[in-house]
Amino acid sequence: MDLSIAALLAQDGITNGAIYALLALALVMVFAVTRVILVPSGELLTIGALTLAAFDQGHVPGTVRLVAGAAVLAGVIEAVRRARRGEGRRALAGAALWAGIPLALAALAAWMGPRKLPLAAEVAMALALTGALGPLTWKIVFEPIADASVLVLLIVAVAVHFVLTGLALYFFGAEGSRTPPFSSASFDIGALRVSVQSLLVLATSALAIAALALFFGRTLYGKALHATSVNRLGARLCGISPDFAGALSFALAAVLCAFCGVLIGPITTLYYDSGFIISLKGFVGAIIGGLASYPLAAAGSLFVGLIEAFSSFWASAYKEVIVFTLIIPVLLWRSLVTHHHEEDE
Amino acid sequence: MRSGAGLGRLCSTPAIIAFIAIAMALLPLIAPPFWVTLANYIGLYTIVALGLVLLTGVAGQTSFGQAAFVGLGAYTSAWLSTAHGVSPWIALAAGLALTFVVALALGFITLRMRGHFLPLATIAWGLSIFFLFGNLEFLGGHTGMAGIPALSIGTIELKDERRMCWLIWLVVVAALWTMHNVLDSRQGRAIRALKGRLEMAEAFGVDGARLKIVVFVYAALLACISGWLYAHLQRFVNPTPFGINQGIEYLFMAVVGGAGSVLGALVGATIITLLKQYLQDALPALLGTSGNFEIVVFGLIVIVLLQRTRDGLWPWIDRLLPHAKPPPVPDAAPLAARVQPAAASTLLEVRAARKAFGGLVAVNDLTFALACGEIVGLIGPNGAGKTTTFALLSGALAPTSGDVRFRGHSIAGAAPYRIAARGIGRTFQHVKLVPRMSVLDNVALGAHLRGRAGFLRAALRLDRREEARVRAEAARALARCGLAEFVHAEAQNLALGQQRIVEIARALAADPVLLLLDEPAAGLRFHEKEALAALLRSLRAGGMTVLLVEHDMAFVMGLADRLIVMDFGEKLAEGVPAAIQSDPAVLEAYLGGAPT
Amino acid sequence: MGPLLQVEDLSVAYGNVEAVRDVSLTAARGRIVTVIGPNGAGKTTLLAALMGVLPSRGGIRHDGVDVARLAIEERVARGIVLVPEKRELFATMSVDDHLALGAFARRRERGIDALRAEVYRRFPRLLERRRQLAGTLSGGERQMLALGRGLMARPALLMLDEPSLGLAPRVVRDIFTIIAALRDTGVTILLVEQNARAALAIADYGYVLETGRVVLEGDSATLAADARVAATYLGRGHGAMTAG
Repeated sequence: MDLSIAALLAQDGITNGAIYALLALALVMVFAVTRVILVPSGELLTIGALTLAAFDQGHVPGTVRLVAGAAVLAGVIEAVRRARRGEGRRALAGAALWAGIPLALAALAAWMGPRKLPLAAEVAMALALTGALGPLTWKIVFEPIADASVLVLLIVAVAVHFVLTGLALYFFGAEGSRTPPFSSASFDIGALRVSVQSLLVLATSALAIAALALFFGRTLYGKALHATSVNRLGARLCGISPDFAGALSFALAAVLCAFCGVLIGPITTLYYDSGFIISLKGFVGAIIGGLASYPLAAAGSLFVGLIEAFSSFWASAYKEVIVFTLIIPVLLWRSLVTHHHEEDE
Repeated sequence: MRSGAGLGRLCSTPAIIAFIAIAMALLPLIAPPFWVTLANYIGLYTIVALGLVLLTGVAGQTSFGQAAFVGLGAYTSAWLSTAHGVSPWIALAAGLALTFVVALALGFITLRMRGHFLPLATIAWGLSIFFLFGNLEFLGGHTGMAGIPALSIGTIELKDERRMCWLIWLVVVAALWTMHNVLDSRQGRAIRALKGRLEMAEAFGVDGARLKIVVFVYAALLACISGWLYAHLQRFVNPTPFGINQGIEYLFMAVVGGAGSVLGALVGATIITLLKQYLQDALPALLGTSGNFEIVVFGLIVIVLLQRTRDGLWPWIDRLLPHAKPPPVPDAAPLAARVQPAAASTLLEVRAARKAFGGLVAVNDLTFALACGEIVGLIGPNGAGKTTTFALLSGALAPTSGDVRFRGHSIAGAAPYRIAARGIGRTFQHVKLVPRMSVLDNVALGAHLRGRAGFLRAALRLDRREEARVRAEAARALARCGLAEFVHAEAQNLALGQQRIVEIARALAADPVLLLLDEPAAGLRFHEKEALAALLRSLRAGGMTVLLVEHDMAFVMGLADRLIVMDFGEKLAEGVPAAIQSDPAVLEAYLGGAPT
Repeated sequence: MGPLLQVEDLSVAYGNVEAVRDVSLTAARGRIVTVIGPNGAGKTTLLAALMGVLPSRGGIRHDGVDVARLAIEERVARGIVLVPEKRELFATMSVDDHLALGAFARRRERGIDALRAEVYRRFPRLLERRRQLAGTLSGGERQMLALGRGLMARPALLMLDEPSLGLAPRVVRDIFTIIAALRDTGVTILLVEQNARAALAIADYGYVLETGRVVLEGDSATLAADARVAATYLGRGHGAMTAG
């Protein structure tokens, strides 16, 4: 291998690593706030990308029907829950909120579908529509069992992954999609050819990470999420409801995952079931960060991207074997340096 | 209620296993082939899920990687029997040996990981092994290997699915029965304490790290056997059934069925298999074939199921079944007991022990000694460092400086299970019983170091003589503590005060020389406190030494021979109760200084 | 106007054991009411139940409204605020952030900045350390921060659980001076303390809790002089206590 190939592989690795890093951040956040390991992050990613692809081809994306169905279900669940607690009027208001906002989004998306608006508008709608699936999933699936053990939450998250994979096949079909690149330009630095697309991916990932840092550091709602993840009881004593924090973290995570889909869409052809293995790599990055540290999770994801790029060059058949085997010593090291408390269940 | 009791006995786990054995012996004779095929798969899955019940449900170690061990069993036999003509039975031995080595190595690395590192590591090596199957040329790559010979026993060839059904379910029944036996034994009690109660188990002599590896290897070997059976049932293998999706599905089976109980594995494997089969048949007819609806409905059912019953289905079924009242614990010869050291000789010496957490000094150069046969109270306001002092004595923490000597040996910083072996028994401030285990088993765990039986003896029920003695010893300890009527109750159903007494009974079952009690009287009613005081006095009369941390002053003043008062990590006063009660410094520490 | 807080026959059970049994108490508006008693008497459990952290049986009326079935956050929104024994701070967040989050339930109201300025005026030490992370504060500073965070929620009823716990005597004096000064702002304070002398010195009224029951109540001056209070702490005359 000469230097230019190494540089090319590094460029690939870093580009993919940046996307894994975004996924890892979403996973870390959701886990810290809710103890749910967001296994369906891969499906959210694919749905985000496939939604944009549908807009791009002038179709109404299947996501519209998916969101509308989930919204109705969430509205009914919220109404029943509140009515059982004897909150007559607030039951209707809650239901209207949970069903109304996503339904309005879905209607707007349906209107947009055949109209071929500018790319930025399509991306924004793809993010919003997929993002709506986050809090809806929280409300329908996880809120009723928010205090269950991590194992039960994990199994349920896997079940959600199955459900979303199946629904993605139904709504988007079995054919893969690739969205057009934001830019197909490239330029040379010495012997290295740098594609503008991968620079864009890097820049937007960095931007997204900076935006997240701002959100957690500067806004009240960001601080509320951070507080919930550090000390759940302390946050409740400040009046921050865990249900609210859960829904908010799921919303953010879903938008982030969809954003990853938008970034990865022009690089790789995505099928309805491509998300899982991608999310596993983000998951590896997140775990390297101990499911707690954002910078370490980002660093871990870059590491995963690089290993993947280089091992695909040397032994492409064994790419996954190498990626997942090399992770084990890192995990071992992390578990030895991290302090754990014994959990009761 | 005779008939009720008889019915109850019929619904005990061994009886149900026997019933399954009979049913599955008859099934191949009467059922159509399609049902026999389904039964074969249910059996194969049950074997793997059973390992997960032990590993994940009971011991608390989540694994997504079991499918890889199934693959090891299947591929080893497939390769040896096709490429080298080796008998499948020898191939089974080879597969088990290979799985043993691989599981030992993986377990040694990955079981050190705690928290959420472990499940991910199992995904990682599960995927690695899976991709290896698909990429190794000599294993047929992604197309797999065909022409695997059928099994034969003597001259009988098991070519026919019915005959395989008998063999598979023979293995299932044997696995269920041995697993039930193991969980109902000395090792089983220790395994059940691994989940969330490791600190307690180690305080009674369990080597937690070693036990986790044993459990891991056991589960892997079960998976390997299932894979071997699979290879010779299908007579063909390819990598697909050994991937991460199947690994996830095994975990689904265990959790949905009820990961805490042996029969949960069977229920889970049955439900999931039948459900998938039904959905695959019914849904396309109902909804058309344009989507993968069975996986959607399957996922939804699992979600709703776990929202309704988080512990899985078996505990829910079990509640509906009648249960026989367990018989009283038969008496048996006592276990060998320690000779208590001579009264009034020095038993424990704490020399300038110090424990600092960062800048905070929790215990500040504390020095005191205990003589054999006395009851000493360690008291002081909240945050005085009493619990930290306890942790230094029991090995839960190592002192920053200074020494702790017990019967002339330094025990500062020694592992808790080694300190336990020297004769220190303890209770915990926050009760640490295994909540779903019976009171008797909880107490018997205290006698862990007084028994010898290992896995094999337990699995084949060769441990019954020793087990009877251990159980009798535990029952005596409970009777001594006044809890004889609760021996068979689940520990979690006792009142908190009674749970504290169970902790004392458990410590007594260890036959200690020194008993460390952390707030034993908290939550007790007046008469219970009196009974506890009487018990501790009688232990003292038998030569035992007791050190207790206690907030209930009336209790400790009336009981202790001497008191040590701590405040801000230091010894504030030491003396007989009457002197302590009139000590102005002590009064100040407790009631606080009047503000000026 | 009736009393701000009215508790009737409140019981709290852990498993099968009742840690608090049939406790009734009232707190008049603008007063400091203290609940004292030895360790393990159920004081912390009582406050946790009043806050909704633990489920309980019995009546809890706040400002005339039954709040016994409301969630923690809903009680906070009504002005019931707990400064817990373990402080429950956010170790990786700054002092400033804590105060911002303390006002989370009041985020749609005006005057948060003025409130923060007032808290900083009351606790100048916190102002000095406003950018510092909670995990790096000393014990006394943590207690001040917990108090300050509680005040940011504009409490009508401020419940303080062992504010003196683990603090050096001088710091204890400072904290109690601040608590006494808070009464003048009109907030009602329910103060749980093991440090009976300090608590009775600033309180208007007191309850003595022993093994989950109220065994004695009265004006704080009367209680401070009562020999039976000391007896509950050091275990003298146990029989006399339960009989009385």
